[in-house]
Amino acid sequence: MSEKVILAGLGGQGMMLLGRLIAQALMLEGKNVTFYPSYGTEVRGGTAYYHLTVSEEEIFSPVIEEADTLIMMNLPSYLKFKDFLKPDSMLFLNSSMIGKIENEMNIDVYRIPATKIANDIGNVVASNMVMLGAYNEVKNLVSIPVFLSCLKNVLKGRKEPFYEVNKLAIERGAEFVRKS
Amino acid sequence: MTSTEKNKKYLLTGNEACAEAAIQAGCRFYYGYPITPQNEILTHMAIRMPQVGGTFIQVESELAAINMVYGSAAAGARTMTSSSGPGISLKQEGISYLAGSELPCVIVNIQRGGPGLGDISPSQADYFQAVKGGGHGDYHTIVLAPGSVQEAADLVFDAFDLADCYRNPVMILGDAQLGQMMEPVVFNKKCKPNLYKKDWALTGADGRKKNIIKSFYPVKGELEKFNAKLQKKYRQIKAEEVRYEEINIENADIVIVAYGTCARICKEFLKKDQSLNVKVGLIRPITLWPFPADIIQKVSERVQAILTVEMSAGQMVEDVRLSVSGRCPVHFYGRTGGGIPTPKEILKKISEIVSVKVKGTCAT
Repeated sequence: MSEKVILAGLGGQGMMLLGRLIAQALMLEGKNVTFYPSYGTEVRGGTAYYHLTVSEEEIFSPVIEEADTLIMMNLPSYLKFKDFLKPDSMLFLNSSMIGKIENEMNIDVYRIPATKIANDIGNVVASNMVMLGAYNEVKNLVSIPVFLSCLKNVLKGRKEPFYEVNKLAIERGAEFVRKS
Repeated sequence: MTSTEKNKKYLLTGNEACAEAAIQAGCRFYYGYPITPQNEILTHMAIRMPQVGGTFIQVESELAAINMVYGSAAAGARTMTSSSGPGISLKQEGISYLAGSELPCVIVNIQRGGPGLGDISPSQADYFQAVKGGGHGDYHTIVLAPGSVQEAADLVFDAFDLADCYRNPVMILGDAQLGQMMEPVVFNKKCKPNLYKKDWALTGADGRKKNIIKSFYPVKGELEKFNAKLQKKYRQIKAEEVRYEEINIENADIVIVAYGTCARICKEFLKKDQSLNVKVGLIRPITLWPFPADIIQKVSERVQAILTVEMSAGQMVEDVRLSVSGRCPVHFYGRTGGGIPTPKEILKKISEIVSVKVKGTCAT
């Protein structure tokens, strides 16, 4: 088993947190993981991107050349990483911010209105968790209870009230994929 | 993170792992000045040092940092500083003084692209600076090159022990990729701050003969004597502290020599690429100084060729060539300025070497 995921979005769309929490949850489940964040001199509105690799075996290079999955939160992110796709890749798009795209390789594309769903449940910032819900419904990579325990660890103190909406966002993302 | 439990896995960046390992190894004095890609070392130290009763100072310059390290080391404390290329260059005078005064300390260099201000992407172009001195005078720092976040943590523990054992500065030579990437890490090494008695330290001379820490020997003949003592110590380190990892070198036709991030990429090539009709092995130096010259010499006596892979224009390859001394061809593949070699590029380079070899055989 191995899975290479590139997560990308606008700075602030929560891809760093999402990637780190998935990596942490998978680590707790005994998998090998590497999580390589972009740390470059990005301008405001620039693309923040993260390489997440999970494997039963030793992971060598943390840099992904061909991705199994892309989770893309806005159009510039998709344009930057579409060449990392291969014929059996999966593509998860935040359709609230990405319109029609050309699917030349005819790969599996999941279009999730993550920003809208998050906004509808009361917190637009939870769009990252909607994407997780959708992604995990398809790939079943991470145990949601373990993921939630990792989430709880970072939502402490004044951030604690945000836990429930994040949990709901994961459920709504999964639900959206099941229904479509 | 407020404390760590033994045998528990943490997901940390290489930078955080270095900082946490230093604290657990008994380092209580850290001085640093911010520079990407090693800032997480400072932030981790800023949070953790007050929790363990240690001292964290974000200093006014890299010069201040290395000279504060000199002071803390002279007083017998476990102490560390860190930076990236441009900052490490500024510290060189201090490192020479530390070596000349035989003071134990740990210096972390998370390399970025150079020369000059360069950029902030991964590089291995500070190799010469790290292993050939960097500052003035006949001195060496022990240089350790981790290949993973776990190894970074483990080597920081070892670095403090080696520094105390030999009364010598030890450098951890990582790169931006290792510093920034997150991997699981377990802190299971023991803190041994009192492993070596520091009866030379400046602890107040009440009731004993005074100690002097200096690197200044103005009386004719004294400095030569001191240098002879240093060289004797370096010979001992060379004899006893060489470390490397070897993979499939017994029956290899071609052996790759690579360290740190490059070694990880070469391992990926070794594991996945069976498309070539040659057997490829790997030697990964863990100590860059002392350099694993003996094993490289040994394999050079029977392999077809050696390939050195670096994120530089060719630095470690010079030490490989010295070790090989013409016994077999030594090839080089390098990327500079933030480029990271890929397994595909290594495959291409090895196919070139093999075809060169075949052509050469036909000609003779």
